[in-house]
Formats: sequence, C-alpha cells, structure tokens
Amino acid sequence: MQNFFLGVALALCFFILLCLYRAVWGPTVFDRVIGAGFVGTKTAILLLLIGFLYRRIDMFVDLALVYSILNFISTLIVSRYFIKKGVHVHP
Amino acid sequence: MMSVLVITVTVTLLSVGLFFFFSATVGFLRFPDVYTRMHAVGKGDTLALLLCVTGLALYNLFDNFCWYGFVQSAKLMSIAVFWFLASPTATHALLRSAFESGVTPWTKDGTVIIDKTETEVRT
Repeated sequence: MQNFFLGVALALCFFILLCLYRAVWGPTVFDRVIGAGFVGTKTAILLLLIGFLYRRIDMFVDLALVYSILNFISTLIVSRYFIKKGVHVHP
Repeated sequence: MMSVLVITVTVTLLSVGLFFFFSATVGFLRFPDVYTRMHAVGKGDTLALLLCVTGLALYNLFDNFCWYGFVQSAKLMSIAVFWFLASPTATHALLRSAFESGVTPWTKDGTVIIDKTETEVRT
C-alpha cells in the first residue's frame, strides 16, 4: 500500500510540473492565478500522501487543512485586488 | 483490521481521483480561453480532491481503528467539505474579476458576443 501511495504522489508531482507551464507562461494574469490555485490543491493531496508515507498523518492532516484554507483566501484576495485595480489585457 | 474490500475501494477512489486530476490538467493546458480553462479546473479540481480525500479517510479509518483514527478521518473529510464549498466560490470570484477587467470570451470565428456597454448598464 505504501508503494501505491508513492506512485500516486509521483504522478501528482508530474501533473504539477505540467501545470507550471501555464502558471509561468500564461497569456493573462488570471491564467497564472488559476495555475497557482490548481498547484495548491494538488499540494494539499501531496501533503496527505506524505503523511501516510511517514506514518504521521496526525500532523500532516492539519498542515493540509491550513494549506487549503490559505489557497482559498489567496485566490479570493487576488481576485478582489484585480477588480479594484484592473489589468491591461492583450487580446 | 485491513480487509481486501477496504484496500480495493481505496485504490479505486485514488485512481479515479488521479484520472480527474489528469483530465483537469489536460483541459487547463489545451483549452483556448481563460473562461474555458477556469471551467475545466474548477470542476475537475473539486471532484478529484473529494475522491482522493474520501479514499484516504477510509484507509485511515481502518488502518488505525480507534477513537483517535476516527477523529483524523473526520478532519480529512472536513478538508473535502471545506474545499467543496470554497473552490466554486474562488472560481466565481476570479471569473467575475476577469469579466470586469475586460477579458472577452473566445469564439471560433473571432466575433465579439458580449457587448461591453450593455453589460455595464445591466450590472
């Protein structure tokens, strides 16, 4: 079962690397924000899998919960910021 | 306390969640517009996290079968419930921000389907 968790974690790392392409070279600012949020979600799952691999799930479940809450709040704050400020969009 | 049934259900849930992560990633890389990418990520992300966390909570509940393990599984399910409420909210706020910043939706032949003056009157 530990090997299966390790395989799922490696696949999630590969998907994070694929998402970083859009998060770095995205055409608009909003693509980068979506990419950052998506990477944050996968990192929460990755933290839970690391907790199962180290057999310390009692510590890592709190870390994953705080990480998902921070991910949500950062996305919300960035979206409110761009409503007030506005962006220059190149079509 | 680990039976074959629990392991089978956990492996199935994690595999289906990984498939939804993969499909959301492919949609995020290949769709042509901000709104369509937001559609792919906002749906696939939520469902994949729900499936993965449910599988892990089930595994943890039968791995250490005591009161403390039950509390940890409840915490894991609270992550899923929170993200099921938070991810559509964040996606909606970001979409609203993109729309008010003037990002026009993509069409196949390049015509503008939303008139900006009309929407300003409406909102």
